[in-house]
Amino acid sequence: MLLKKYPKEVQQILSKYPPEGKRSAVMPLLFLAQREEGYVNKAAMQDIAKILDITETDVASIVRFYTLYHDKKAGKYHMQVCTDLPCALRGAEEFLDALCDNLGIEVGETTSDRFLTLEAVTCLAACDKAPMFQTQGPDGIKYHENMNVDKTMGLISVLKKSVT
Amino acid sequence: MSHILLRHREIPDINNLNVYTKNGGFAAFKNAVTKMKPNEVTDVVKNSGLRGRGGAGFPTGMKWSFIDNKNWPHYVVANADESEPGTFKDREIMEGNPFQFLEGLALASYAVGANVAYVYLRGEFWELGAVLDQKIVEMEEAGYLGDKLFGTDYSLRIYNHLGAGAYICGEETALLESLEGKRGQPRVRPPFPPAVGLYGKPTIINNVETFANVPMILANGAEWYKSIGTSDSAGVKIFSLSGRVRKPGNYELPFGTTFRDLIYKHGGGVQDSRTVKAIMPAGASSSLIPVDDKVLDTPMDYATVRTLGADLGSASIIVIDDTVSMKWLINKTVHFFKHESCGKCTPCREGTYWMSHLTEDLQHNGSTGDVDLLLNVAKQMQGKCLCALGEFATMAVVTGIERFRKDFDNEVRA
Repeated sequence: MLLKKYPKEVQQILSKYPPEGKRSAVMPLLFLAQREEGYVNKAAMQDIAKILDITETDVASIVRFYTLYHDKKAGKYHMQVCTDLPCALRGAEEFLDALCDNLGIEVGETTSDRFLTLEAVTCLAACDKAPMFQTQGPDGIKYHENMNVDKTMGLISVLKKSVT
Repeated sequence: MSHILLRHREIPDINNLNVYTKNGGFAAFKNAVTKMKPNEVTDVVKNSGLRGRGGAGFPTGMKWSFIDNKNWPHYVVANADESEPGTFKDREIMEGNPFQFLEGLALASYAVGANVAYVYLRGEFWELGAVLDQKIVEMEEAGYLGDKLFGTDYSLRIYNHLGAGAYICGEETALLESLEGKRGQPRVRPPFPPAVGLYGKPTIINNVETFANVPMILANGAEWYKSIGTSDSAGVKIFSLSGRVRKPGNYELPFGTTFRDLIYKHGGGVQDSRTVKAIMPAGASSSLIPVDDKVLDTPMDYATVRTLGADLGSASIIVIDDTVSMKWLINKTVHFFKHESCGKCTPCREGTYWMSHLTEDLQHNGSTGDVDLLLNVAKQMQGKCLCALGEFATMAVVTGIERFRKDFDNEVRA
């Protein structure tokens, strides 16, 4: 129960918007709901619908529209590599291929230890520092720029140590 | 010349409130609130010639003057949803010189009588969001935000709102829908936001870089600002330079700087000393400009770049060298727009889908007939969508095929 678990956070989020704009809180509440498990489950969607007086379908439609919300359990971390044009001009596709080889998975797949889901995403506004990716996990979203495969494998082992 | 916007490059700790204040910070805001009428602030911005930095280049002061004073309350929203492939300037402003951006937002709010302003920050800038939250608290504690500012009746609060990964939310009416807690799909315009915006109330939306200019304009005057840049486009612009250059990055330069100076003098020239084949001056939404000496010597401002058959947009200069395949390039841009189409307008939703099939086919086994079909599909999308995304999706395709047709004919079956 979102409201029971995070009463202060929920109130603080609601206080940012006028009463007639209560529905605006849906996006921050979804980030809050996603914090622990890395995805928004059905119960959380029902919770949010109730708090905001909107339907569960409304909430689900928001979850599916925006790429930073997930409705299925994936790896503990999403590793999201930008492969848009400016990054691709600086080797992002070759980087992603090499990363797949090293991890033994394809784009969109999760490692067998359920730690990492590797994804190709659209522009992250860091075109001058490609290859780059963001990690989305228990510690929020973080940028990793000017990367190569060695640095990335090093980062993964650091992340693994930090959560175990 | 020292920087006007990227001042953290000379004053590294300007993101500290005391340092910002010592360097003239908030003097313009205090002066405006205590000594100027709101419309006087708008007039200074109008006279400065400042144009919106998000891409459209609309005169900022004029936009502010459109606010409907018969309908209250008013809102101001900062568009910090930076997500055009090739654009990465707003993040540097907000990370390096956050208070100047926030002071500009505060000045705009005072000018249009808004007591609440929102920063719509793309969700990927999660870490920056926490920093901005902290900066806003510091401004409240120092008396620059809150009730009865500087002993007047004017009150202002700024809130940060995180997006969640949707390029379309950079379109101002989609941004408003998203901020209202809905899917980010553009509204029918008119009415425009200064008449009917957030929660149905008059709303001014500007880009982060636009706001960052405002405190300097108020501090130094409209004439000072107009003396920089060109008669068409006043002031400085942050050019995000990316692609096949040696030194990609942000370069704050006066409007009127040539492509050649940006790419060779500042950007260190092309990687592996290749030649520039094409330039995309407005990110992935750009028309492709075939490059020769005349193009390289063209001064960059809104009007002059248009004479080259392209828009300057947000000035996100992607450099394409002679190793890049045009059919590969348009496949990249089409996939981006297919992914980011919000699905509301059929020509965009279906058009990007079919274009992506065709550009994908061209990579492996396409024919010249497919190239013609692709051009046909792209042209059928033009002028038929509610917002510019549908249009943007076709720009590289149409100009790529029309201006580099030989490349396609050489690379696909007859």
